Amino acid sequence: MNRNGPVALIFHTLFLGFLLAPILIVCVVAFTSQGYLSLPTEGLSLRWFKAIGDNPEFVRAFRDSLVLGAISSTIAVGFSIPAALAIARHQFRGREFITALFLSPLMVPHIVLGIAFLRFFTQIGLGGTFVGLVLSHVIIILPFALRLILAASTGMDRSIENAAASLGATSWTTFRRVTLPLILPGVASGWVLAFINSFDEVTMTVFIASPETTTLPVRLFLYIQDNIDPLVAAVSAALIFMTVAAMLVLDRLYGLERLLVGRGQE
Amino acid sequence: MTAVDSQNAMDAGLATDTAAPPAKPERRNPTPYLLSLPALALFAVLLLVPLAMTLLLSLNSFGFYTGIQDVWQLGNYTDIFTDSYFHEIFLRTFRIAFVVTLLSAVLGAPEAYILRRMHSPWRGLCLLIVLGPLLISVVSRTLGWALLFGSTGIINTALMSVGLIATPIEFMYTETGVIIALTHVLVPFMVLSVWASLQRLDPQVENAAMSLGAKPFTVLRRVVLPQVVPGILSGSIIVFALAASAFATPAIIGGRRLKVAATLAYDEFLNTLNWPLGAAVAILLLVANVVIIVGCNRLIERRYKQVFE
Repeated sequence: MNRNGPVALIFHTLFLGFLLAPILIVCVVAFTSQGYLSLPTEGLSLRWFKAIGDNPEFVRAFRDSLVLGAISSTIAVGFSIPAALAIARHQFRGREFITALFLSPLMVPHIVLGIAFLRFFTQIGLGGTFVGLVLSHVIIILPFALRLILAASTGMDRSIENAAASLGATSWTTFRRVTLPLILPGVASGWVLAFINSFDEVTMTVFIASPETTTLPVRLFLYIQDNIDPLVAAVSAALIFMTVAAMLVLDRLYGLERLLVGRGQE
Repeated sequence: MTAVDSQNAMDAGLATDTAAPPAKPERRNPTPYLLSLPALALFAVLLLVPLAMTLLLSLNSFGFYTGIQDVWQLGNYTDIFTDSYFHEIFLRTFRIAFVVTLLSAVLGAPEAYILRRMHSPWRGLCLLIVLGPLLISVVSRTLGWALLFGSTGIINTALMSVGLIATPIEFMYTETGVIIALTHVLVPFMVLSVWASLQRLDPQVENAAMSLGAKPFTVLRRVVLPQVVPGILSGSIIVFALAASAFATPAIIGGRRLKVAATLAYDEFLNTLNWPLGAAVAILLLVANVVIIVGCNRLIERRYKQVFE
């Protein structure tokens, strides 16, 4: 195969530098020992990470984000499995429309969804509630879960199911004992990707969150609007470390390239 | 836009051809309907109804003392279309989106090509660095730029010490700053898209061109580029659509002073409380987005039919 020339490698280095610079600076500033934003030139310190613990608002938002992500991804996966099986295995009238509808939240700007949900939830009395957050998150993360489960159920060998059925298994048993285990990698990765998307969402959530029930990115965003201090750098750095850890797990589980590129070589 | 803010807006357009061909044609089989019914009901109630309500809301009027009036009129839209204040904001939004798209193409396409020519383990590692940021919260990434631009002023210090500039450049609260940060947030989508189109390119074709005496630049221009143009175009659609509706990054870097369409809608909703006007801005943003995504996808698919097979 061809090799990259020196110009290409210089470009590549600069490009990676561009991508990493803002992420690294957050992680570096978070370790400052000063009381203000600065590079940790006078020794590293964990004081700002400790300060997160003294800030119950961030801790509560973090916990709410985790719970919200877990519940909404589970619901999204629950709705996605039967829908994916229908789309992958059956030809029926409206199949294309249904697929497009289920993937459409990817096309609608999150700011528009935020406004739509704010209006809707205010009207039906769910404004600022945790239930509202869950319902809205299910809608925006369902496409991610659906895509991976769809890919898994499309590539599955159906003769095993037929074998189970011919041996007298009911369709529920076949699903539980044959189909589900076979599509499980897709389901698990779909859940994780859905969770990450729920956990990171800020644009839509900022509209429907209330001071009592809010997520970490929203809390962070509102805090940054007022002032930027080492505390937000520490919170962001903690988030980045967690994301990197989740990414490594995801890479092992499914392959990050396949996950992000979608239909990679399977 | 969350990280994966909206990951692959494009995939929505291509959805129908990713699904496998059905096993056999079925007539009047209720199973697929029953299976998709729960999700269908969920989407009807939680997506279509709220969007329809937003459309209706955008037709209402608003008074400072009267609140939202339940009348049907197009006043909000005529306001937006006639007032130069809104023109400026929408113009700025599309200008930023255009420059971000251009920068993403210029930076992302060569990077994807370079990545493909790398060998493992470097390739996997670099791909992780390029795509990984998509999974990191957009707030954290933008905070990084705010730190580089403002508080620590590292960029200006660095630029001045190498002698590139004499006086500090103002990045915070400027379009330049928003464009740089947004390019950083969105360029991975371009790399992804071009990367996907490069997967279909057989390296042997390049070698064949080379062995026939083509110079490297000619190979790039005549062999590689035509193959990746669809990738660049579909990447551009995604980047443009996400940049035009971006919220968190322009809100943090641009602040109140430099409004774009999304931050305008936010302000109308949560500060001015003029919900009908905010809803009208949102509907226009949605329509623009759908027109751009669907329209451009059609165009590309027709023009480059053979490449998509």
